[in-house]
Amino acid sequence: MPQLECRNLSLGYDSKVIVSNLNFSINKGDYLCIVGENGSGKTTLMKTLLNLHSPISGNIITGDGLKSNEIGYLPQQTIVQKDFPASVKEIVLSGCQGRCGLRPFYKREEKNIARENMKRMGIDNLSSRCYRELSGGQQQRVLLARALCATRKLLLLDEPVSGLDPKATSEMYDIIEELNSQDKITIIMISHDISAAVKYASHILHIGDEIFFGTKKDYLKSNPGGQFTSNERRNEK
Amino acid sequence: MNEIINKLSFYMEHSFVRYALIVGVLIALCSSLLGVTLVLKRFSFIGDGLSHTAFGAMAVASVLNLTNDMLFVLPATVICAVLLLRTGNNTKIKGDAAIAMISVGSLAIGYLLMNLFSTSANLSGDVCSTLFGSASILTLTKAEVWLCIILSIIVVLAFLFFYNKIFAVTFDENFAKASGTKAGLYNLLIAIIIAVIIVLAMNLVGSLLISALIIFPALSAMRIFRSFKSVTICSALLSVSCALLGILISIIYSTPVGSTIVAVDIGAFALFSVIGIIVQKTGN
Repeated sequence: MPQLECRNLSLGYDSKVIVSNLNFSINKGDYLCIVGENGSGKTTLMKTLLNLHSPISGNIITGDGLKSNEIGYLPQQTIVQKDFPASVKEIVLSGCQGRCGLRPFYKREEKNIARENMKRMGIDNLSSRCYRELSGGQQQRVLLARALCATRKLLLLDEPVSGLDPKATSEMYDIIEELNSQDKITIIMISHDISAAVKYASHILHIGDEIFFGTKKDYLKSNPGGQFTSNERRNEK
Repeated sequence: MNEIINKLSFYMEHSFVRYALIVGVLIALCSSLLGVTLVLKRFSFIGDGLSHTAFGAMAVASVLNLTNDMLFVLPATVICAVLLLRTGNNTKIKGDAAIAMISVGSLAIGYLLMNLFSTSANLSGDVCSTLFGSASILTLTKAEVWLCIILSIIVVLAFLFFYNKIFAVTFDENFAKASGTKAGLYNLLIAIIIAVIIVLAMNLVGSLLISALIIFPALSAMRIFRSFKSVTICSALLSVSCALLGILISIIYSTPVGSTIVAVDIGAFALFSVIGIIVQKTGN
């Protein structure tokens, strides 16, 4: 049974449809990249998967032991966060908030989870540093550690490398790859970076005028995949 | 110096001075606690907007000849706060514009109503004291002081109880929602608490200066401190000491209470900014 399945999904704002008839499913351990042009509905799809929006029609079905609030989320940075006075520890720990329910304070167990995830991301030495003083790559690791506190099953990453320098970008991709292959965490990533998508992902969902969902191999042979990659090649020249 | 102490102890014997000190400190504490969240959520001006709403509501209440205008002003302000802070900011009119609209609108309507239907002989005096608080903090009744104490305790307890949730919702509302925190509920809670504080604070500094009580301590604390917890604690301590100092100064030199407190807050902000710059220079 797939962890997450979308059936005949139509997405949009204020009953204006952006994407319709979306069908795809993700199994445990998959690495799915969602690609498409600006405005094609990638972010709307992500918000719908996270239950922040409701779909116009169709269903999102979770299975294989995944509950709908067990999706870890790595959002794009907001303006609010740019000058937010918060220590790394406080932010990572806030990833455990979903488990608390009405309980006002964090348990020792949750503090341990936060510490482990900081170690996992290699930021345990930064735990009392202020978030806004970190580099872009370090900030992304903090948010990734926070997402891991919320779940160990499925991560949704919204353009995780936007604004990072090339070194931080490749480090970020390596970390994500490791989480996928070693910890068997399912990854869904929105990306503009088609070459990275083709390099790391196991499956690709292309949205736009033409919708494609399938494995990486099939994507490169397909119509939208071929167009997208040939555009890339042209840009490189 | 001796003269000042004598003067203070003379004033302290009067119950209205003690009341003013208690209420002033409590309101300063409450407003600074939520100030951090509001500044970070880019809602610094909500104090201004809501206090003008409260002013408008007060005008309506006096036109209707309600004996206890609190019963009308508080719910009206809460409703506006909820509308302004409604989750997601996905409304048609964006945050700052909405606040400006409600603020100016209720100020104008309030003044208009007061002008048309006023029964009082000293209209401009009434308006001035509602806007600047002038002497009303020195005319508090025992019942008002108790109301203020009880509401402050509720606000502080609610803040402590929901501290971690308020942090999560302020830092990243979408993440909080996605991982199962009821962000909408906590936004509602923040809106209600802030409306209560503002209605309380109108007696102290009047509706024009409430924003100062909310934002100055938070901004000052952010100059120096680097974590949410330390910023919150510092802003609470700072706000209380500024209010205390401001009230004492205003008693000794007979200056208007509200504006004196705000002047002290501005002084503290300048001081903290300088310290912040020095700390950063020596740190690097």
